[in-house]
Amino acid sequence: MAESILELKNLCKYFGGVVAVDHLNITVEQGKIISIIGPNGAGKTTIFNLITGFVRPSSGKIFYDGKEINGLKPYVIAKMQIARTFQNVQIFPQMTVLENVMVGRHVRSRSGFIFSTLFPPVFRTEEKKIREDAMQFLDIVGISHFAKNTAGSLPLGNQRQLEIARALAVEPKLILLDEPASGLNTRETLNMGKLIEKIKKMKITVVLVEHDMELVMDISDKVNVVNFGRCIASGNPIEIQSDPDVIAAYLGG
Amino acid sequence: MGHRDYIGLIIMVVVVALIPRLIENDYYIGILVFTALNCLTCMGLCLLMGYAGQISLGHSAFFGLGAYATGILTVTLGWSPWAAMGAGACLAALVAVVVGVPSLRLKGHYLAMATLGFGAIVHIVFVAAVNLTGGPNGIAGIPHLHLFSFELSTDKSFFYFSWAAVILGLFFALNLIHSRVGRGLRAIHGSQDAAGSLGVNTARYKIQIFILSAVYASVAGSLYANFVNYIDPGPFDVMHSVLLVTMVAVGGMHNIWGALIGAVLLSILPEFLSALSDYFGGVGISYNPDYDMLIYGGILLAIMLFLPGGLFDGFRNLLRLSFNTMDNIKKRVFS
Repeated sequence: MAESILELKNLCKYFGGVVAVDHLNITVEQGKIISIIGPNGAGKTTIFNLITGFVRPSSGKIFYDGKEINGLKPYVIAKMQIARTFQNVQIFPQMTVLENVMVGRHVRSRSGFIFSTLFPPVFRTEEKKIREDAMQFLDIVGISHFAKNTAGSLPLGNQRQLEIARALAVEPKLILLDEPASGLNTRETLNMGKLIEKIKKMKITVVLVEHDMELVMDISDKVNVVNFGRCIASGNPIEIQSDPDVIAAYLGG
Repeated sequence: MGHRDYIGLIIMVVVVALIPRLIENDYYIGILVFTALNCLTCMGLCLLMGYAGQISLGHSAFFGLGAYATGILTVTLGWSPWAAMGAGACLAALVAVVVGVPSLRLKGHYLAMATLGFGAIVHIVFVAAVNLTGGPNGIAGIPHLHLFSFELSTDKSFFYFSWAAVILGLFFALNLIHSRVGRGLRAIHGSQDAAGSLGVNTARYKIQIFILSAVYASVAGSLYANFVNYIDPGPFDVMHSVLLVTMVAVGGMHNIWGALIGAVLLSILPEFLSALSDYFGGVGISYNPDYDMLIYGGILLAIMLFLPGGLFDGFRNLLRLSFNTMDNIKKRVFS
């Protein structure tokens, strides 16, 4: 078995009396595509929010690369090379496509507040490097021809690609994709699948939350099924498709 | 910084250099000095509002802190005006930390509420702390600034100096906007969650930009005290804070040039109105400056309804539209 990069141990999250995540145990092996599926409201996005520090766990532990990371702030977790995308695309609509990705280079560059104020960008070699690097990440997802467009003006499919380019710009070891194919048409979804496999080839571990079963079953190395905040099944796509608990959860048995 | 920004800066230098040749009247030069000070404050406020998406309704308090720091330290303690300006800026920064840290760590417009209360408190202190601030009588006899051995005592010399300060402030602000930090700030405005997920320390950046904008306002306040040599609590009330926000919003808060345009227009508007009033006075229509606020309110309302991006965006869209129309006409004619 490959080494695990992320481990959720007995993770719980309650919002008031609502149980969003309930003693959840998931292990993510390095270099794999791991999917988390489950009905709406099963707690999938909350799991991502817990991993990336947007919400604090009620109890339980999150281990990343052997270190405990629960309770850290989102920007600290980003520095530890975990990147994510959002279910409702969260691009920076007023900025250009290239600038969006340049923000992704934030943890890979250093200029501070006072330094930035005193010197114009032309005297900063770092700025040029950021721009060039950002352009490469646009190339990877294939939208470099939109570089100068305002991000908010792109169609949804390209906005999702942009969000991934921006997350890749962090140079993550682990990337969390929250429904990257939602709202995309068949052809765009196929391309998204190819992009996710390309990310895997870049030796980045992918955790995928997705409702498009065809996409999930095509590209996943392992699927975790979550219902009412618990992991009810875990295995390779073929095992999952024949699991009686999973069929019951989806068909309401 | 894009090449357009450099062109803009150069145009500004030329215009500032030419204005005293066109306008000889010291009264109008004085108005333009006040305009410069408003520009300085509004630039700081624009960085906060347009680039970090936070509103301060207490910026005249920071303006006042600078002015009173200069007044008290130079007159009572005999400090040099430069040292007093620096001390005022440090004080404003410190106060910004105290006000900003609790409110900026939260999401949402808590800063607006905190600064609104803070502005009111500071104004009351200016009026009530008679031993320190002179109360309603204010502080008189504030010395002029010296630039090396040259005393900035004439309106014209201070005009050049204050606009040089604006250009320097603008230069710094543009550097910041077009940097890693500036992108981080704009990202926070776009989506705080996404910015955080990319490693931007959102709380810290918002606090830093708030400190910077407080320092801009405080320096403007110190310059104000050095220019008029006398301060009282009058100009530092909450209404002035609202006016500053109006200037930024009218010009266009998403662009620092817009904030400048708004500050310039609304600073010279009262003069324009009183000139109109003089002109129409002959036919029995008179204008009372008490209506200024009404007019500002009307302008803000109209801008928010019809040009939410401010005048700057409005002009830009108009230009773009006319270029596009020209292109279309050309295509039709030549095809």
